[in-house]
Amino acid sequence: MTESYLIRGARVVGGEPADLLLRDGVVAEVGRGLTAAGARVVDADGLVALPGLVDLHTHLREPGREDAETVETGSRAAALGGYTAVCAMANTSPVADTAGVVEQVWRLGREAGLVDVQPIGAVTVGLAGEQLAELGAMATSAARVRIFSDDGNCVADPRLMRRALEYVKAFDGIIAQHAEEPRLTVGAQMHEGEVATRLGLTGWPAVAEEAIIARDVLLAGHVDSRLHVCHVSTAGSVEVLRHAKARGIRVTAEVTPHHLFLTDERAESYDPVFKVNPPLRTAADVAALRQALVDGIIDVVATDHAPHALEDKECEWAYARPGMLGLETALSVLLEVVGERWDLIAERMSRAPARIAGLTEHGRDPAPGVPANLTLVDPAARRTVDPGELASRSRNTPYAGMTLPGRVVATFLRGEPTVLDGKAVK
Amino acid sequence: MRHLLSGADLDADTATLILDTAAEMATVAGREVKKLPALRGRTVVNLFYEDSTRTRISFEAAAKRLSADVINFSAKGSSVSKGESLKDTALTLQAMGADAVVVRHPAAGAPHRLATWVDGSVINAGDGTHEHPTQALLDAYTMRSRLGRIAGLHVAVVGDVLHSRVARSNVLLLGTLGAKVTLVGPPTLIPVDIGTALAPGTEVSYDLDAVLPTADVVMMLRVQWERMADSYFPSAREYARRYGLDGPRMRRLPDHAIVMHPGPMNRGMEITPEVADSPRSTIVEQVTNGVSVRMAVLYLLLGGMT
Repeated sequence: MTESYLIRGARVVGGEPADLLLRDGVVAEVGRGLTAAGARVVDADGLVALPGLVDLHTHLREPGREDAETVETGSRAAALGGYTAVCAMANTSPVADTAGVVEQVWRLGREAGLVDVQPIGAVTVGLAGEQLAELGAMATSAARVRIFSDDGNCVADPRLMRRALEYVKAFDGIIAQHAEEPRLTVGAQMHEGEVATRLGLTGWPAVAEEAIIARDVLLAGHVDSRLHVCHVSTAGSVEVLRHAKARGIRVTAEVTPHHLFLTDERAESYDPVFKVNPPLRTAADVAALRQALVDGIIDVVATDHAPHALEDKECEWAYARPGMLGLETALSVLLEVVGERWDLIAERMSRAPARIAGLTEHGRDPAPGVPANLTLVDPAARRTVDPGELASRSRNTPYAGMTLPGRVVATFLRGEPTVLDGKAVK
Repeated sequence: MRHLLSGADLDADTATLILDTAAEMATVAGREVKKLPALRGRTVVNLFYEDSTRTRISFEAAAKRLSADVINFSAKGSSVSKGESLKDTALTLQAMGADAVVVRHPAAGAPHRLATWVDGSVINAGDGTHEHPTQALLDAYTMRSRLGRIAGLHVAVVGDVLHSRVARSNVLLLGTLGAKVTLVGPPTLIPVDIGTALAPGTEVSYDLDAVLPTADVVMMLRVQWERMADSYFPSAREYARRYGLDGPRMRRLPDHAIVMHPGPMNRGMEITPEVADSPRSTIVEQVTNGVSVRMAVLYLLLGGMT
């Protein structure tokens, strides 16, 4: 018998204040003036209750780079960010390209018990882009993999991409593509444009992303399969997606908080904390991505949380590894970018990603009978990001020193708190 | 000014002060004892991660003529080849009390990173495909001494602008000093948005012959043979035909115009021997001027400029 929690006065998805009784892993009652003998009371006056956030794109680094992050530390960072489920990318060492590795990650997630860790399987053996990994074995493993991605690498071979899209239809899988034509990004360091020209850094042209998305939506349409596009970063990609969706192609897309908020001018410091793949783009791209998120051309905000050890960032720009932390700041960045549009936030950060990933226990607004996966947010709070205070094992946040709105006060996973009073419970 | 990392660090007054100081320094070279005591007891480290005979020797000569102690730290045969990070190298130099670090590095921005880790002055002696500000200063010095001014000159910079740190620093400095710059090369070797990225009014042309009749200065850039393999242009022969400077092309220039090259040259590729060895060529003078300009930079950074 687990403890019951009575959350008093939370505004569910920004609505009128209500009490929520969490019991036996589900939301037992929603109403005003609820009482429950023995339940622990959580004062949620002024707080907003959201369905627990779901991240479609997290790098937990375990196995292989436990110095940068582990399943446990990444899970804790996720819970503190308001997440109840994260999808762990496959580019670990060894690569998550077998049932054994995805089951290991899944089991580590269960043991940590802070969020549901849903492994993503690699599309190709070793992410090498040459031969399909045993997608079916991963799908039928205990980890029940549904999303497959070579993220970090693009599945560049069009024939292999076609086969992958077709093959996963047998188990309702989806291919999440890292859209980057590798021949157009040889040696690329940052967005190709005026700033790259000034800094003498090799450019990563927008067309390298757009060309792959255009090809892939046509392939997905041709074989009638599901395609998900990772970290969309350019205005041109938005136009390709708009066209594909209008044609009824089954494509979904995500954008990262940093691509909604930061531009390539950040590179001018040569501080690799701003190096990321795909790179930070221009203000015009940021504006187009924000609009696409509101319009629903982009379905999901996903963090691409990418922890890196200090030595992999405290170096020359060209030698630094790409990627930035995101789990503990995503909700604040989204509040900064779109404001208190709670239904939009719930849709893009919880419901839609849960649907895409097939996580039926997540992404559901708190209501009687629904699994009690939810987070309480204080929209009035502002906080200054201090890398030293992050729960992630790494420190590569691009938001250091910035003051951002919103604070996660509590997170519940199946009725059990993982975060209370803004602190991780374990 | 504590560091010299970019041509953008120099406003017109500072750049002119450096050029004027360099002219003073040049008189030292004519003396029997080519040495000034200005930097006695100061330590200058040449930190070179790339092979560069002429730039390293030029800085070494400049520092020695100012009586500084010079330490040459080359990436080969040092702890760097054992995988030491730039930061650890920086802390080592810091602990040794380097007053100035002259750095050549294959990665753009490495001198900027270095400057965050050391207390001494950092001088960018070429970082990847980014900048080489002392080269721009010696080029400006050469133009001024040959043509009497910089403001109002039309300077054509020809060749592989995309990969050229010399071009970037020159565009910045020449813009600051009031010259008009036209970048000339095949479109594949002209970086995107270069017209606005560095200095307003920078022009781009793909047609060398059209630019030559109005050029006061033609600066030819080294073109590396490897670029051919990456399809920047079809062949060395075609490149030379379209963008190389040969005798007939040189004769399209106004009579007073000069021909510059930062070296090392590919004779027969971007420049023919007839041009390189002609009286218009300033290539050997540029080397001489390089020492004077670097003396001025070291002198001003390490003491003379507050």
